[in-house]
Order: sequence, then structure tokens, then C-alpha cells
Amino acid sequence: MSEEKQFKREGGGFVGNPLIPKPTTSSGLEVPKVLEQQDNRDEAPLPGEYPFTRGIFADGYRGRLWTFRQYSGFGSAEDTNKRFKWLLDQGQTGLSVALDLPTQCGYDPVHPVAEPEVGKVGVSISNLSEMEVLFDGIDLSNISTSFTINGTAAIIYAMYLACADKLGVPRAKLTGTIQNDILKEYVARGTWIFPVKPSMRLTSDVLIYAGEQSPRFNAISVAGAHVRDAGSTAVEELGYTLANGLAYVEELKQRGGDIEKLAQRLSFFFYVHMDFFEEICKFRAARRLWAKLLKDRYGITNEKSLRLRFGVVCGGSSLVAPQPQNNIVRVAVETMAAVLGGAQSIFTCAYDEAFQIPTERSAEIALRTQQIIAFESGISKTVDPLGGSHYVEDLTDKMEAEALKVLDEIDEYGGVIKAIEEGYIQGKIATRALERKKKIDSGETVVVGQNWFRRENQENEHGETFSLDPDTASRVTEKYHALKSKRDDALVTESLQRLQQAAITDSENVMPFLVDCCHAYATVGEMVETLTEVWGEFEEPLGL
Amino acid sequence: MLKNKRILVAKPGLDGHDSGAKVIALALRDAGADVIYTGLRKTPDYIARIAIDEDVDAVGLSILSGSHVALLQQTRDSLREMGAEDMVVFVGGTIPPQDVDTLKKGGAAAVFTSDMTIDDTLEEVRSLLV
Repeated sequence: MSEEKQFKREGGGFVGNPLIPKPTTSSGLEVPKVLEQQDNRDEAPLPGEYPFTRGIFADGYRGRLWTFRQYSGFGSAEDTNKRFKWLLDQGQTGLSVALDLPTQCGYDPVHPVAEPEVGKVGVSISNLSEMEVLFDGIDLSNISTSFTINGTAAIIYAMYLACADKLGVPRAKLTGTIQNDILKEYVARGTWIFPVKPSMRLTSDVLIYAGEQSPRFNAISVAGAHVRDAGSTAVEELGYTLANGLAYVEELKQRGGDIEKLAQRLSFFFYVHMDFFEEICKFRAARRLWAKLLKDRYGITNEKSLRLRFGVVCGGSSLVAPQPQNNIVRVAVETMAAVLGGAQSIFTCAYDEAFQIPTERSAEIALRTQQIIAFESGISKTVDPLGGSHYVEDLTDKMEAEALKVLDEIDEYGGVIKAIEEGYIQGKIATRALERKKKIDSGETVVVGQNWFRRENQENEHGETFSLDPDTASRVTEKYHALKSKRDDALVTESLQRLQQAAITDSENVMPFLVDCCHAYATVGEMVETLTEVWGEFEEPLGL
Repeated sequence: MLKNKRILVAKPGLDGHDSGAKVIALALRDAGADVIYTGLRKTPDYIARIAIDEDVDAVGLSILSGSHVALLQQTRDSLREMGAEDMVVFVGGTIPPQDVDTLKKGGAAAVFTSDMTIDDTLEEVRSLLV
């Protein structure tokens, strides 16, 4: 660990002032006092021009503002449907579905391990009838919907298609995103089900099928946010995420997919932490590096395929429980970084997410934060206003170079899949998380209200509490039993058998079979079990 | 300071956020303890069984999904059924302040949240095991 300054600690926090911030970024890159004009720098291409450092669109946010997309979901489908309608009434422009852990891990709500988790961190959706309730009264042809779903992404996407079919919405009109990024689940988020290789097959089955069926829908969102949340630096977040992105492109290529076309449907999801300029430069570097990698390694020249589109989450692990209202300010700073970095969609965390599911009130403040930045601050009026800043351009170069080192390191190890199966990346992230924690503990990293600037009695400032209806699990379970008693069991069995045959046949795409299962009202748990019988389960490497 | 102590760090339930569990596991190990980490998605029965088979001095449950009250209860029940009702169990994670007392009454010897320092956490674990 780095040399620590010794600060005086009293009671719960440090006393005095932290004085001089260390002149490095949060990833440890040196920050110059001032940068002069650098003669060797090429003129940067304009926004909308390869390699898209300054943005993927020539007209930036003047053509279209980013999507306000608040992650939301809890309890039953009825509860979440109500919250969705409320959010849309408040001016939210896209839906983002939070699913509960049983749905994410492939267990039906009646499974013994599912019971304490039903409806807790998201909404319980065990079958198509629940999804029909979730979107009741919402026009799916007119709103983009994002699902944070990975282990069961193929199933939830199949269910969304089936739901659109039922509602008479043409599949081609659907817009939105499923996260469908299984690699980072093994590394940081933990909702994996199958081993890595069949999971990669499933992911590309989704991508290929989605390319045909719902070409405006992003069938993957390669996510670095969770890797960052788990402890990695901004540089590693960028490196690991692009490495995962390349692994998906490679898998698609192996399976005969048209990568030039499919690359247009790849999207990314990053984190925004508090180091303002480092975050902005991370996004600029991400666009440039991704475009170059696809062009140089895969010979892709169609500019549409080279544009890295990304959403962000502001908040997450940068939010803390002590003095929670301070989190509103953190989210505002992060949102500005996201806008100056050119994000396509932004999710702002509510200030109370460090300790509970947001209340309606805190969720509203989070949405208002985006609206204030969008409509009052004026920072989105010109495209890439920081382009040409000596510091920003220099830091963008450095972020790109450092992220490339991370990519090279993984290549040297033997690729992402090997590094994940053997727990290499997981181990690195855990070590980083401990380093980050020690820096906060020592006072070197300042977290206002937590380690510095604490006050007496600040423990009692958590405000309004969120409480979930204690009968949620029993209401959901009741509906589940009712569904099972009225569906056509023969049809369910037959569709599951056909799914299993497709899973056994490596050259088959399982997606149409999953859609049939959903139409038959097979449950998530049944579909997962059917696939697990063929593919087995991932074995987690446990070395620390 | 935790030499010769055996501690099981466990992830009950379906929550996949293991960063906190791993940080604590690494910190306990650095402090001299013999640490066993269960990995994700373990049932309370499994955790109790491992705790007994491995003859640990304490079990740390890491839960960020909001299911901490139920999962602590189930783990305590499993431990009791297996004859280890005196096992020291501590809980860490995203715990709303109003739940801390509930957990303590439900058999948590200590409750740790992310704003506590590692040193304070280790000190409290040590004091539970003297």
C-alpha cells in the first residue's frame, strides 16, 4: 500500500482539514500543475468523426438529449407498474427495470432460496403473465425499456418479445437494452448460472436473434459499472470492459455472425465516480479506443459499427450513508461529468441508495438532478465543450494508453475467459477494493461526512424510510400458483423439451425456443432448470 | 491480533455483491486469522454445516440485498438445529440504521456497515472472540 499521511482521528472521523489533495487521479495517474500547448498534438477530428473522441454524433445533444433512465423496480409487477407510470408522469424518458434476485438467478419465487429475496432488490417476474402486468397501460412501441438482467437475459428478452406479440406491438418497433453481459457477472456482480462457454453461446444467440427480430433493440450492454463498484480503478474499468466487449465480438465471429452489423447493436454501460476530469476523459478514451480496436483488429470500416454508445450510472459506491443528503451533490457532479463525456443515457442514483431502496421522494430528487443539468445548466448546448483543453486531451491520451495496458495484460494471461475461469480478474478486483478501503480509512481519500467532517449526532439523519409490503412474497406466490393451475401443461412440457433439444445442438439458436416457452407460460425457473440439465452450472473460483 | 482464530465469511441468499465479503476476508487474514470464504449463494444450512465441520470461532454473514433479517434468522436456526447455538455470528452489508437493533436482537453479535473502518471492524471482531 502507498505511503499514508498520518491524520489525527478523533471519535468517528478525522479532525482538521485534509489540506492538499494528492496530485494524482483516482487511478493514480499524475496530474500536472498546468499544461502548456503541446506542439505534437494532431488536430482532433470533429464530433461524429472517427475515432469519435469528441462524440459519436456531429450534433451532440442538440440533436437529441440523453435518455433519463432511472433504475426502478421492487415488490410485485403491480407495485412496479405503478412506480413506472409515476416516473413517466414526472418526465422520465426511458424505463429501466430492476428485477429481483430470484428472477436474476433463475429461481421461481416458490423455491426455498428465493423466498427471503422475492421483490427485494427489484420486481419479481417469473413468467409472461407477470410481464403483462408490469407493462400494463404502457406503450412499448413508444418507450425504450432497459433490463438489468444477465444470467437469465435470454429468457427475459424472449419474454419481452412474447409480451410485445401479445400486445400487438411489432417486434421491430421495440427499443431499449438488455444488459446481457455475463462476463462481468463472473467478475463482479454474481448472477451467473451456467459455465462461461455455454453462457457465451447463449449471449451470441441473443445477439444474432435480436439482430433479426428487433434491430432497434440493444441486445447487450457491456458493463464496467459493476467492476468499478466492486473496487477496480477507472483505468481498469475501461480496460476490463473493452476486453469483455472484444470477447463478445470474437464469440460472434466464431459463430458466424455478421460482426459489422452486430457491432451496431453493442452498447456499453459505465460508472461515473467523483474524479471529475478522469471520468470525462475515460469516456472520451473509451470511444476512441473501441473504434480503433474494432477497426484494427477486425477490419471493420463502417463508421456506424465503430461508434461506442454508452449509458452511465451516477452514484453507486461513491454514495455513503453518513450525512446522506451530501449524496445529492455527488450525483450532480457525476452527472455533469457524464454529460461532458457524452453519455447516451444517464441513471442518477437516489441519495438514500447507500442504505435502502429509494423512496418516491428521493427518486424524484435524483431525476430532478438530471433535469436541472439538462435544462438549466446549459452545459449540453455545445458539443464536447472540453475538446481541445490541454489537460483534457492529455488525460484522454493517458487513459487510453493505460487501458490498453490492461487489455494487453489480459491477452498475456491467455484471454478474458481463462482469466475469469481461474479467478485472476476477481482476485485483482478484491485486492483493489481493499486498497480503496484502506485509503478511506487512513484519510488519504476524502469522503466528506464519512471520514472527514463528521458531526455529532449525524447518525440520525437518514430521513424517510422505505418499507416494502411484508406480504409481497405471499402475493407473488399466490399468483404463481394460480398461473400454474390454469396454463396448458402439455404445451409447457412440449416447449421445454424442444428447448432442451436446441440447447444440446450447438449449432441451433435457442432463442425462438425460449420465446415459445414464454408464450406457453413456462416459468423462468423451469427454463433455467431445462438448460442447466444440459449445460451444468458455473463453479466459482474461491481463492482469495 | 486474530492469530489462531478461524472465521467463516459467508454469502447467504442470492446477493452477488461479494466485494465487501472479500475485503473483510482479506483484512481478517492479514490480521492473522484463518479465513474460509464460502463463495456466493449459499443456503443457511450449508453455511451452518461448514461452520461446524471447519470448527470455526465465528461466522460473518455478508448481505446487501435487504434480506438480512430473514437470512440471519435462518442461519441461527440452522446453527441451533445442528447444535451450535453459541456460535458467534456477525453481519455486514447494506443495513438500514433502523434494522441494526433488530439484527442484534436476532442474534447478531455485531453489525458492520461500509462506513466503519477496517481497524474498528477487526477490533470488534477480536473483542467478540476473546
